[in-house]
Amino acid sequence: MREKMVLYFPESVVEHPLTYSLIKDFNLMVNILKANINPKMEGRIVAEISGDKDDFRAGLDFLHSRGVKTLPLEQEIIWVEERCTHCGACSVICPAGALVMERPAMLVHFDGEKCIICEHCITACPSRAMEVRY
Amino acid sequence: MIKRTYAEINEKIRAGKAVVVTAEEVISMVEERGIEETASHVDVVTTGTFGPMCSSGAFLNLGHPKPRMRMSKIYLNGVEAYAGIAAVDAYLGATQIPETDPANKSYPGHFSYGGGHVIEDLVAGKEVLLDASSYGTDCYPRKSYEKAVTLDDMPYAVLYNTRNAYQNYNVGVNLSERTLYTYMGILKPNLGNANYSTSGQLSPLLNDPCYRTLGLGTKIFLGGGVGYISWFGTQHSPEAPRGENGVPTSPAGTLAVIGDLKQMSRKWLRGVSLLGYGASLMVGLGIPIPILDEEILKYTAVADEDILVPVVDYSQSYPQGLGEVLERVSFAQLRSGRITLGDKTVPTASLSSYAGARQIAGTLKEWIQKGEFFLTEPVFTLPLTNEGVDYKRSVGGELL
Repeated sequence: MREKMVLYFPESVVEHPLTYSLIKDFNLMVNILKANINPKMEGRIVAEISGDKDDFRAGLDFLHSRGVKTLPLEQEIIWVEERCTHCGACSVICPAGALVMERPAMLVHFDGEKCIICEHCITACPSRAMEVRY
Repeated sequence: MIKRTYAEINEKIRAGKAVVVTAEEVISMVEERGIEETASHVDVVTTGTFGPMCSSGAFLNLGHPKPRMRMSKIYLNGVEAYAGIAAVDAYLGATQIPETDPANKSYPGHFSYGGGHVIEDLVAGKEVLLDASSYGTDCYPRKSYEKAVTLDDMPYAVLYNTRNAYQNYNVGVNLSERTLYTYMGILKPNLGNANYSTSGQLSPLLNDPCYRTLGLGTKIFLGGGVGYISWFGTQHSPEAPRGENGVPTSPAGTLAVIGDLKQMSRKWLRGVSLLGYGASLMVGLGIPIPILDEEILKYTAVADEDILVPVVDYSQSYPQGLGEVLERVSFAQLRSGRITLGDKTVPTASLSSYAGARQIAGTLKEWIQKGEFFLTEPVFTLPLTNEGVDYKRSVGGELL
C-alpha cells in the first residue's frame, strides 16, 4: 500500500533516526516531501510511505510505540484560477514541477498529483492565487 | 510609399473598414508578404502588457460629509492615502502598506494588502473603510469621519500612473549564495532562476521604439477601460543604448498615463504582493499604433528574437548601483523557459503575464474593429533625446 502521511515527532525522539528503521527493519519505502523542526524542537515530516500491507502496519505501530503521531495527509494546495494572472512566477519556485508554464499558450497549469505540499507557491504567487486547505 | 494620417485611419474605423492586427499577428504577415505589402494593407497594430507597475495610483475625491471636513489624514482599509492636497482629495499609491504591516521585520515580509489591493477592491465594487481625521477649521469643522464607501460613492476617481510600460527591463538573477526577495520576484541562489517582466514583441514601447506615434494625448487601453498617455513617465531615458532596429537594449522609455478609474475593471487592475519586497499593482495597458508609413510598420514587426534584454545580478550590481550587465539575452530565449548564462542553463519566469498582454492586444483590436475606439494624434510625441526630457525644448527648438 501507499499513503501520504504527516508524522509528528515529540521532542524526546526528534533526534532519533526513525525513518532509517522504517526502511531497514520494515522494508518500507519512504519519500520525504517536507520536513521541519519547530522552535519547541518538535518535528513534522510529510512523507509518502509505501510497502507491503503487513510491513506498513508494523511500521506505523513501531512509530506509535516511539511516541510518533501519524495522520493521513488531508492538506491540499488549491489553485484559485480566477485569481491567477498567468504570469508564471510560480513555475521556477515549485520544486515538484506541479506548477508549469504551458507553451506556446503561456498559461500556467497546476497538476495537483505532482504537488508535494511544500507551500512555497503560497507566498511566491504575487496575486495570491494558491491556497492551502486542510 | 505608404502614407496615412490619423484622420484617414479614423475614417476607415468609422466605416468599419480599418484593418487591425495585433503586434503578434503582424510578425507573420510581414514574413509572408513583406513590409511594403503589409504596410499597404494594415491600418493599426495593437499592443499590450500586463505586469506589476509600482508607480501607479489613484487620485480620489471622497466627497464631503456633513458638516464639511478638510481631511488631513486619510486611510482606506488601513492603507494611508496622501491627503496633502485639497479638502477631500487624496492620492492612493499602489505600494503604500498599512502602518500595522510588520514589513520586513518578519523577513521576508508578506505584504498581503496594500494600495494596489485597495484599488483592486474599489474597481471590484467592494466596500472599503474610509477613516479620516482633521484638525478642523472654521470652514471645515469636522474632525473625524469613518464610513464604508464604494467607488460609486466617490464623486471623482482617476487612475494616474507616473511610470508604466517600461521599454525593456532587466532580467534579475542572483549570483550570491542566499535567496533574494526583490521586486523582480524570488531569486534563488547561484543563478537558480532568471526573472523578467515584459511582454516582448507585444510590448507597447517596443513596437514604437522611437516614439513616432506615442505622446501626450495618445488614447490607450488602461486597466480594462480607456485612458491616455499624459506625459513621458518618470525615469524616461530615451538615450539608452539601442540596436540597429531602434529597440533599446537597456531600460529606456516610460509612460505616465491617466484614465477614469470608474470604467476600469478588476481583471486588469490587480493588487499584488511581492514576498520580501512590498505591495504593488498589476496594470493592464495596451496601445494602438497607427501605421502612418512603412517605417512604423517595420517597427511593429519586431519579434521576440530581435529584442535583447540585459541580465543583471540583484545580489551586488543592482543594489549597489554598479550598472554591470552580465550579458544580454533575447526575449525569445527568455520566453522559451530557459536561458544559458556561461555554462549554466537557468530556468526563467516572468512577473508580467504574456497571456494577459495577448488578451489586451486582442481586446483593443476588437474595440477598434467595432468602431468603439478611435485613435488620437498626440500633442507632442515622447522625447527621443535627454534634451527633450529636461523640458528645455522639444525637437526643433519649440518649448514644450
